[in-house]
Amino acid sequence: MQTLRASWFGFEKHWLWYRRNWRATAVSSFLSPLLFLLALGLGFGSQVQSTALIGGVPYLQYLAPALVVITAVQGATFESTYAIMSSFLWQKTYIGMVATPITPAQVLYGQVLWIGSQLFARSVVFVVIAAVLGAAASPAILWSVLFATLAGLAFSCPLIAYSATLDKPDSFNTIFRFVLMPMTLFTGAFFPVSQLPDWLLPLVWLTPAWHGIELARGTTFGTLGFLSGLGHTVYLAVLVAVGVVLAARSFRRRLAV
Amino acid sequence: MENLVEAKALTKHFGTFEAVRGIDVEVRKGEAFGFLGPNGAGKSSTMRMISCVSGRTGGDLKVLGMDPDRDGPRIRARIGVVPQLDNLDLELTVRQNLQVYGRYFGMSRQKCREKAVELLEFAQLADRADQEVEPLSGGMKRRLTIARSLVNDPELLLLDEPTTGLDPQARHLLWDRLFRLKQDGVTLIITTHYMDEAEQLCDRLVVMDGGRIAAEGAPSELINRYSTKEVLELRFQPGAEKPDLERFAERVEVLPDRLLLYTQDGEHTLAKVHEHGVQPIQSLVRRSSLEDVFLRLTGRTLVD
Repeated sequence: MQTLRASWFGFEKHWLWYRRNWRATAVSSFLSPLLFLLALGLGFGSQVQSTALIGGVPYLQYLAPALVVITAVQGATFESTYAIMSSFLWQKTYIGMVATPITPAQVLYGQVLWIGSQLFARSVVFVVIAAVLGAAASPAILWSVLFATLAGLAFSCPLIAYSATLDKPDSFNTIFRFVLMPMTLFTGAFFPVSQLPDWLLPLVWLTPAWHGIELARGTTFGTLGFLSGLGHTVYLAVLVAVGVVLAARSFRRRLAV
Repeated sequence: MENLVEAKALTKHFGTFEAVRGIDVEVRKGEAFGFLGPNGAGKSSTMRMISCVSGRTGGDLKVLGMDPDRDGPRIRARIGVVPQLDNLDLELTVRQNLQVYGRYFGMSRQKCREKAVELLEFAQLADRADQEVEPLSGGMKRRLTIARSLVNDPELLLLDEPTTGLDPQARHLLWDRLFRLKQDGVTLIITTHYMDEAEQLCDRLVVMDGGRIAAEGAPSELINRYSTKEVLELRFQPGAEKPDLERFAERVEVLPDRLLLYTQDGEHTLAKVHEHGVQPIQSLVRRSSLEDVFLRLTGRTLVD
């Protein structure tokens, strides 16, 4: 109870910031789904012939639920790298927080709470835009809001644990190029992963994005079996849990010395 | 008299580095207590242990009668911390910084709003209340940091190098605020490597060097104990050999650019030195300060 309250205060701080600066972020969270859906769904999609492999649905509709997930994972990456490092090293706001009754772990929980709600809100915006553009195959696409948030957090939490140990931002670019980029392109958002060489598949199965996309698309088109749905969800939840435990440890090591 | 902080044989190690090597400290209610020492003396490590952020490696520590290892959050709820480096939320306004910080202590929104107004006045930042923090001057940010540390009406306020990097005017303004707090009964613990700050603010202090306490007492007491009433400073041409003047003073310190002659009567000593035919390029008679105490105790100057 105490922990929840303390974490909430950390969340509140971000909310206060957001209320002053929402215009800047609103544009990007509104614009990026719009551009993606227009360019890849309507533009590029107009040249794509639907096949049985993607269930014979229009490419735009095939793409939409997966793009919700991909956008969330991308957003999560940015929220879990420079922003975290700044709070330790540049603005040092975390250091100010632990001088109050708030503990390092509670600082982390507040941060995760904030990132999660950001991902959720942006995913809602995305789904609404998708619906307006006719990219929503069914009302069940609303589920992808949840799964996108979950997949985003499943990548965010372990990444926070890592970012919290760094003194320089150098490795972030490596993560953007060699983890985020391939995870965006090759985890089934734009084409079925069955088109990939077999040896690559185990790597794909490791990514939170693939699990999120399977869940979001599977619920949207009603093709998701109960067991595989459960499996994907559990995998993502475990990533979140392990990430939070590791990140709490990083935060303690960094802040309580 | 009630002690707000009691440390016995307190140590702090970082790996193999021993930052604090067994110190005994007692801070009494209502006093302004100082840790004076050069950078790396272990002052900040000690402060972080007292502020219940960093655990101790060994020894005993009681803050407000509680053990930081067990009651960290409860102790932190009743103390205020001014860190060495400002950690304000640069993208929030001055007022919001105060309000948010109050929330961290679990205060109601209404209470935080009221407290912010009061503290804006205290920090003389009322006219900047709704501007972002980023463009404020160093002195203003420092005042805001101090105001923020008072949001929970702390019984004990810890200030780590409160005026480092500030211009003289900003420093005096800050000192004035700290005097006011002291008058209001807030117990202050200050670390500094400025002797004038320690002399101005502290009722009692310890001189730290290399993780240990070299001496303890009131500033005037320490000066009486470890130095003479006056000091005659003689400056010579750089590189020139300095004359041996031991017999004119109780003690002589040889610094790279000058000699310090410790004596009860500086003018008298200067006259004798002149009589002897020694012609320094510059001479100065001054009262002894904590700087001299530190030099005596450690053989080094405080500010390099």
